[in-house]
Amino acid sequence: MRSPFRPDAVPDAAILDDHKPLMRSLSRRGLIRGSLSLGALVMLTGCDVKRPEAVQSALLAISRLNDGVQALLFDPNKLAPTYPASMILRPPKFNAYYDVMDVKPVNGATWRLEVSGLVADKRAWTLRDLRALPQTSMVIKHVCVEGWSYIGGWSGPTLRSFLERVGADLRAKYVAFKTADDYPSSIDMATALHPQTLLATQYGGDTLADPFGYPVRLRMATKLGYKNPKWITAIEVTNTYPGGYWEKKGFSWFAGL
Amino acid sequence: MNQIENSAPGVPPTPRMGRRLHPWPLRIMHWVNAVVMLVMITSGWGIYDDDVIIRGFHFSKFWRLGDWAAWSLNWHFAGMWFLVINGLIYLTYGFVTGRFREKLLPIRPAEVVQTVVDTLHFKIAHDDITVYNAVQKLLYIIVILAGIAQVITGLAIWKPVQFSGLVSLLGGFQTARVLHFVGMAVIVGFLVVHVALALLVPKTLWAMVAGGPRVSASSHAQDHHARQGHAA
Repeated sequence: MRSPFRPDAVPDAAILDDHKPLMRSLSRRGLIRGSLSLGALVMLTGCDVKRPEAVQSALLAISRLNDGVQALLFDPNKLAPTYPASMILRPPKFNAYYDVMDVKPVNGATWRLEVSGLVADKRAWTLRDLRALPQTSMVIKHVCVEGWSYIGGWSGPTLRSFLERVGADLRAKYVAFKTADDYPSSIDMATALHPQTLLATQYGGDTLADPFGYPVRLRMATKLGYKNPKWITAIEVTNTYPGGYWEKKGFSWFAGL
Repeated sequence: MNQIENSAPGVPPTPRMGRRLHPWPLRIMHWVNAVVMLVMITSGWGIYDDDVIIRGFHFSKFWRLGDWAAWSLNWHFAGMWFLVINGLIYLTYGFVTGRFREKLLPIRPAEVVQTVVDTLHFKIAHDDITVYNAVQKLLYIIVILAGIAQVITGLAIWKPVQFSGLVSLLGGFQTARVLHFVGMAVIVGFLVVHVALALLVPKTLWAMVAGGPRVSASSHAQDHHARQGHAA
């Protein structure tokens, strides 16, 4: 079976796609530049046209370096603080790259979880299969990269138990996710194996509601909110950097707490 | 008289071999810090705007570094290395060379009050830029401590799980976040006064570029000088 994570476009096209906003801004700048005098043009070319790209790639290089530092700071045995169930916010906060009104519910009965990559058993999973795994609950703080936070209570099998069950290569670098809302994401194996990394199917003791990722979403106590994809449809274990939705737009990939 | 114009009054003309008021390593650190602080403050404003702490208060696009949150964050997490490394070198330098002890101590409360009163009467003495008055000393110590506090609260909100002990010490994640914001406000407040005074007394600004007058190398002499200066 062809990996659902293999990019559809050739790398060159993807790179072009990544830089579309930059190219647009460059052409916009070109218009402004065209309307300016030659003298002003000479002054502009040095600092206004060439530098943003260089600055952008320098910042991205440091961000990648920081991903490495974050991985070093990550202690696989360190548990995030937990809270009493009475502190759980009901309902949880909704956040996505689109409005809550645009959520497209997933049918749990026909839903299947594709498994691919460096795993022994690539059989697709049903919701019932997931519920048959040992269940774990945690009441943890959700921290958004924007700055807000809330306490939520999540239940489901640990990702570790899932990965062990499918015979995943636990020395692989990445675990990647595909979702029903086209929100690809990926995490490092160390975090995937952390005891507070769940394939959550419940919130506050109830089945996950549609806006929050029914039937299954990722919940990690050790990463920022945007690293937790909802409505997961496929999981791949891989050594090839898979990236993610916000990461493509410049956000940190590791995003560890 | 003209020949010793650069020397501080009350001090015998020092041999030309004396070091500058601001030795070159200090000047480099100062200007690196100046740029990095601006990067940290303005990128921090970009991050702040994504989820404001004070309802209705945000920073307009002009003041933000990074065209949106992703790039403000990238600026912030790039700048932090320069801030921390430069800051650590500065602190080490300040303690090892005795500059902190020499320039920032002692601070006597009575002198602080007197300087504030004098300032309110527009009697700001700045003939001798090699000696800081009590308020200057206090402000420099406050801003150094605020800089250190920013690194600590910043670490807490960057890694609230890895440093969960620190977070609870600071009163929780959201409190740490507010403290990080308050620390910024303290530094910006300092910056406004600092830049305004440097522009009012341009020779202080030039001294931070060129090094300023040569001063005696002995910290004892400095201390003696300081006391003489205040007695005068």
